[in-house]
Amino acid sequence: VEAVLAAAEEQEAEKRRSITVEKELELEYDLGNLLAVDRNPPPAAALREAGPRREALLRALARDNTQLLVSRLWELPAERAGGAGGPLVAQLPEPTFRLPREKPPPKPRPPTRWEQFARLKGIRRKKKTSLPLPWRPCGWRRCWRPPRSRRRRSGGASRWKRSWSWSADPEEDQFARLRREKRERVARNELNRLRNLARAHRAGSAVPAAPLHPTGHQDRDELRRVARVARVSTASLGRFQPRLPKESAEPPSRSGGKKRRFEPLLGNLAAERSRQLELLRDMGSKKPVLDITRAVNKQLRQEEAEAAAANKGKKQSKRGKRGRRQQRPGRSGKKSGARRQPQQQKPAGGGTGG
Amino acid sequence: MDALDRVVKPKTKRAKRFLEKREPKLNENTKNAMLIKGGNANLTVTEVLKDIYAVKKPFAVLYKRKNITRPFEDQTSLEFFSKKSDCSLFLFGSHNKKRPNNLIIGRMFDYHVLDMIELGVEKFVSLKDIKNSKCPEGTKPMLIFAGDMFDVNEEYRRLKNLLIDFFRGPTVPNIRLAGLEYVLHFTAVDGKIYMRSYKVLLKKSGCKIPRIELEEMGPSLDLVMRRTHLASDDLYKLSLKQPKGLKPKKKKNISHDAFGTTYGRIHMQKQDLSKLQTRKMKGLKKRPAEKSAEDAGATPKKLKSA
Repeated sequence: VEAVLAAAEEQEAEKRRSITVEKELELEYDLGNLLAVDRNPPPAAALREAGPRREALLRALARDNTQLLVSRLWELPAERAGGAGGPLVAQLPEPTFRLPREKPPPKPRPPTRWEQFARLKGIRRKKKTSLPLPWRPCGWRRCWRPPRSRRRRSGGASRWKRSWSWSADPEEDQFARLRREKRERVARNELNRLRNLARAHRAGSAVPAAPLHPTGHQDRDELRRVARVARVSTASLGRFQPRLPKESAEPPSRSGGKKRRFEPLLGNLAAERSRQLELLRDMGSKKPVLDITRAVNKQLRQEEAEAAAANKGKKQSKRGKRGRRQQRPGRSGKKSGARRQPQQQKPAGGGTGG
Repeated sequence: MDALDRVVKPKTKRAKRFLEKREPKLNENTKNAMLIKGGNANLTVTEVLKDIYAVKKPFAVLYKRKNITRPFEDQTSLEFFSKKSDCSLFLFGSHNKKRPNNLIIGRMFDYHVLDMIELGVEKFVSLKDIKNSKCPEGTKPMLIFAGDMFDVNEEYRRLKNLLIDFFRGPTVPNIRLAGLEYVLHFTAVDGKIYMRSYKVLLKKSGCKIPRIELEEMGPSLDLVMRRTHLASDDLYKLSLKQPKGLKPKKKKNISHDAFGTTYGRIHMQKQDLSKLQTRKMKGLKKRPAEKSAEDAGATPKKLKSA
């Protein structure tokens, strides 16, 4: 009898020390979050009754699940932090459970005007070489310094000595001029920086329509848009407000000039005749219709941009494509703009004449 | 509010750091929770809020005053609070005859309400009522969800997601194995959710992995799900979107197979096989033409050694 009791007691002790847990379905673990999900349906009937039995059942369930989770955590690669005597620290993997973010991911800021220009021209930042400049008797030098003849000490004559040029106005105070120019430069830089910031901020949040009365901070495109809206809205019964001297004669179209407008087929015979004669005249004349200098410049620009894009394309192909893509609307706009002008005047002339 | 929407230009470095902490980032900060009392919050609800605050310290803010708002009707005041205190999780407690002991647990995305779930507290045992030693403040808890309802039912699934988000704590790369002291266990049975918190005692077992014994500690809640206000699918998908920079960069030309062997690939240029260097046999070296006739006799001997 004693042997049986001893065996039973040993079994109890074993159970108490065991770390194995039996489960129908395996748990799902996300060790990065210290998370375990148990899909087994819990014993519903037993848990329905309130009281200490429920607590005991819940606790047993919790104990089993925690045991499984801790076994998994203990299996992770662990090392002793802070030397041999330090605590045992395990390396957690990345959390796999997908949780929504707090804020939307950050948007890259749009390039500034200089950055756009540099990308177009293919200008890249020059990296400072790690090799120092050649050895001089005073030692290796890392950065360029002007030779002794041109070196001037900061506390010396430079404060009151300024170079004089023949083109300078003799009455003007040179020091005041230099100070004023520095102030203007600083102000201009600050203005450009703020404009870049505003552009970035505007690009980030889609800004609604510009206010219709002029604030001091609108740029050219916004003002043009606003002027167009004003021209349409101040009209009544087909009578528009009087035109300013440099404004275009055409009434503002709702599509903003995107749709092509054609002349009616049978209309103004005189206008058609004059147009055909002019065309013949241009074809017959020796003077080239194309403005050579403008065309050459445009071509050079295009080639530069392509070269820059190709160079960048070797490193970052996306940027090159983007640079090329940005080129196209500008290019076609210029061409069509150049062509549109002689045509624009004719229908207006025809409209008012006929 | 217009004052909060205006772009503030920082004038000191401290202000700049403050604003940078609140901007959207690639790797986000740990989510803060705000615990708010409603217009008529009774003792139970206040105790619940205080206990959850103790669990979630220091990533929680407990507002002392009562705020008379109804989150399910009007979310603007919640959004205002969230913007002011930069908290994206909230727990709102209230009590009235129709919904006694009400807790609204929710989260925000971009300072707008994403999900809100209303839970009723049926039974509550607070930290003070259970007299034993507690674990230190700020311990990262282990979270365990039991019950198939958490997968079957859509609302329960969102609730599970919300609870993980709420109680998760900071994401850490390493963890001290002896410091795994706190476990939160959620069981979903019969339309009720039992939340229990236990302190983990690691006992000796025969092998390296310790045996776990649990001791009840901490708040235990019996919850019933009431109303829900879940985000639409596309808004939820938008909030789950991770930026590209977070994806680990794939190393090219390295592959692993099922057995754990790592394979690498080397790309070689085209080789001229006729000029390939095999074993050096001195006898086969090119000699001047005069000696070639002599060596024809000598090579067989050399071959033996090679």
